[in-house]
Amino acid sequence: MTEKNKKITHRAKFSLKCFVNGEKVERDLDSSRSLIEFIRLDLGLKGTKEGCGEGECGACLVLVDGKAVNSCLMMAIQLQGKRLITIEGLKGRDGGLHPLQKTFMEEGAVQCGFCTPGLIIASEALLRENPDATVEDIKRGLTGNLCRCTGYEKVVSAVRKAQKLS
Amino acid sequence: METENLKVVNKRVLKMDALGLACGEPVFTDDVDINGMLYGRILWSHYAHARIKKIDTREAEKVPGVKAVLTYKNVPRVPHTTAGQGYPEPSPYDSYVLDNKVRFVGDRVAAVAAETPEAAEAALKLIKVEYEILPAVFDVFEAVKDGAPIIHDEEDAKNIPDAKHNIAAKFDFEVRNGDWFKDADFVVEHTYKMPYLQHCAIEPHTVITSFDHFGRLIIRTSTQVPFHVRRIVAQALRIPVKKIRVIKPRIGGGFGSKQEVLLEDITAALTLKTGKPVKIEYTRRETFISSRTRHPATVRLKTGVRKDGTITDAEMDITLNTGAYGSHALTVMMCSGSHTLPMYKVANNIRFIGKSVYTNLPVSGAYRGYGATQGFFAWESQMDIMANKIAMDPVEFRKKNYIRLGEGSPVFKAMGEGREGVEQVITSIGLYEGIEAGLKAINWHEKKKKYKNQSGQLRRGLGMACMMQGSGIPEVDMASATLKMNEDGSFNLMVGAADLGTGSDTILAQIAAEVLGVKAEDVIVYSADTDLTPFDVGAYASSTTFISGNAVKKTAEKVRGMIIAVAAKILDRKPDDLRLEGGKVVAKDGAACSLSEVANTSLYYYDQHQIVASASHYAHTSPPPFAANFVEVEVDTGTGKIAILNYISCVDCGTAINPELAEGQNDGAVLNGIGHTLSEEMEFSSNGTPLNASFRRYKIFNTADMPAIKTILIPTFEPNGPFGAKSVSEIGINGPLPAVANAVQDAVGARLFSSPFTPEKVIAAIKNLQPVS
Ligand code: FES
Ligand code: FES
Repeated sequence: MTEKNKKITHRAKFSLKCFVNGEKVERDLDSSRSLIEFIRLDLGLKGTKEGCGEGECGACLVLVDGKAVNSCLMMAIQLQGKRLITIEGLKGRDGGLHPLQKTFMEEGAVQCGFCTPGLIIASEALLRENPDATVEDIKRGLTGNLCRCTGYEKVVSAVRKAQKLS
Repeated sequence: METENLKVVNKRVLKMDALGLACGEPVFTDDVDINGMLYGRILWSHYAHARIKKIDTREAEKVPGVKAVLTYKNVPRVPHTTAGQGYPEPSPYDSYVLDNKVRFVGDRVAAVAAETPEAAEAALKLIKVEYEILPAVFDVFEAVKDGAPIIHDEEDAKNIPDAKHNIAAKFDFEVRNGDWFKDADFVVEHTYKMPYLQHCAIEPHTVITSFDHFGRLIIRTSTQVPFHVRRIVAQALRIPVKKIRVIKPRIGGGFGSKQEVLLEDITAALTLKTGKPVKIEYTRRETFISSRTRHPATVRLKTGVRKDGTITDAEMDITLNTGAYGSHALTVMMCSGSHTLPMYKVANNIRFIGKSVYTNLPVSGAYRGYGATQGFFAWESQMDIMANKIAMDPVEFRKKNYIRLGEGSPVFKAMGEGREGVEQVITSIGLYEGIEAGLKAINWHEKKKKYKNQSGQLRRGLGMACMMQGSGIPEVDMASATLKMNEDGSFNLMVGAADLGTGSDTILAQIAAEVLGVKAEDVIVYSADTDLTPFDVGAYASSTTFISGNAVKKTAEKVRGMIIAVAAKILDRKPDDLRLEGGKVVAKDGAACSLSEVANTSLYYYDQHQIVASASHYAHTSPPPFAANFVEVEVDTGTGKIAILNYISCVDCGTAINPELAEGQNDGAVLNGIGHTLSEEMEFSSNGTPLNASFRRYKIFNTADMPAIKTILIPTFEPNGPFGAKSVSEIGINGPLPAVANAVQDAVGARLFSSPFTPEKVIAAIKNLQPVS
């Protein structure tokens, strides 16, 4: 829920302390600030996308304490004391490119790319939980992410390839 | 030139923007922050048909932070079309920035710009509108009757053929070679139906408008048609073209929905009014209720067939629902015939009767497949029904009749997009190879035998369908490119072609690189900006690879000539003896100089000039890509559920400039087609209100639903295409509906005539089971 889905505001403020992509962040925010607004508008991190604002497309996925969550459905206040990783903070073990970013590019899994950050976050959460995921596991694990461009074939092969890399 | 010696084209080259996108770089319309930006909001009609008797915005204007409220009273009234098409557009001029009448639930009533989204929302609620509710009509066959509500009764609309009967477009044509159906052993007649469908690009349409330091209007928009947007906004708001600059950043998918002026005019009007930057983005719900859709279609197809497999006559009668406005009304209807009727030889008579009809439902527009989807559902279903009728194998029946290399069709000349077409013959076709490859990949013959006598609740079946599309609109579309050389031997390629996620920037770089003998990464592509890039009609009609690709090739050839002229001086060799290869200019005798030497010479040392060129391309033909699709299904006769076990899509797109991207285009098109085959449909209440305007209720396929899809590229060489290429982006969407219908018939003997093929429809068809003829 970024600005376009915004209907109401409560003016109560709160002070948020959390970690964003490994760095400590402290901000005073309206209690009605959604997590995606905090990410896109307050932090200026534009890799997290909004495709629906209602928890149906997965374009807004981020990792909160290692779990993938729809940032359009969560309030910023729920991040209190937690660790947020957005697509910008996803790194490989050597601090360089994350294997999924590499394999999505190599396998042709990126067409328009609007769904891609969300899909990569979802895949990362999936592989963390189940490094040996089968194709079926992957397909089941990515159902929260809609992509209208690729037909998903190349997305699944990108995740398979990343499994082998890590 | 054949494809063997190619170095960059037809090779695996990574999509140049893929890494940035995978890393979440801020490259989309909404990813920039602009200081002092206002938030625009639109008040949408809740009524399907009503006249605004009074509209009072005084309370809304008083809301703190509100900077402008627009109604029909304070915007220019200029009839225009929102369809992003070449000028003059073949669509009726029946749209206004704002009007005193609303024609569907989701039509614009008013617009607000405010400092915060909350203030804009609050202002919308305070706009007082008094409506005179008018009778509405939702069915195309009711809408054309005498006495039906007239949706466009305004006097200033232009190019509506019959507003009194709600006819937004019509076209009839006939080839007559004797009496109708006199040679036919069987006459087959059926009616096929498709509903309203939504594109569902994951990036909702977004526009940001602002003024630059010259007081010019900058429109940053997720569009497929930057140059048409500039022209239409200029027209609708009565400002000169020179006062507008349209910038297309990365686009999050379009599929036709962004071949349209959806928000650019109203956002611009808010900036003109306030002097401030304004942003409007659709919510997901707004994309469903107010953007564009696929034209719902009713296709009656009557064909004659002889026992020997000759198709004697064909009469195709199509009625499209264009909704409240006639955007693409004529052209989609014509493509339903022009892309399908030439596919098979018809011995005697051909007739096409087409209409697009206004109703008080959402506006239909361009959608991948563009009429061919609706047309091929009918045609490829009917091909199987005819084959059954004459007891011929449906594959053999198609093989006997499809158009051959060197052959033409009277339809090419008779039917263009909105006007007469262009005569052409087929100059490349890989359909035979495609059919053979598909039969093998799906193991057709063996499985056919295996599934012959099935019993039990689960039944399997096989089906296939063949299709063609076009590559751009002949003698209408034009594209151009500019290419300049830098001192390190790299190049800037500026194109008006609008990459909307397809990878067109990458394939255009490959084409230039191939001509210049460099790597694709040495060509830096910039698309598209009406100030900086030369004209291109935009990304639609499967035109980019073919038309823009040819423009880039010509441009690169000009630049190559300029490079050789400089190198001839450096090397003291004849220009004819020089060629470009591996980043160098090489002479026959082995003498060579690097491209950076050439660039530095031209920029700094001798006869100083910038090596730069532009070229345009305009085509006299539109070589069709061809496809053969095969599907294996399992039908649960108890529940009516269809499971797709295996889908093979063989595509002849000429030379695939980038095979991986071509496959990706086709995979996506096929899955979209499978979606509308099995589940997608926009639903409306009895008063025209959309009922499933969200991803929760409008079901598009996710990873768990996806069947195994395999795209097989069938290489051919199209002599008119750049390095032999034709188009690939649309054709794949047309296969699933007829292929699955044919497979269901094969599995359970029941024929489906109306999509989507929901379990209820499958059960009803099985219950009704009578041999279809
Ligand atoms: S934007 Fe959050 S799920 Fe779609
Ligand atoms: S790549 Fe466009 S939505 Fe997935």
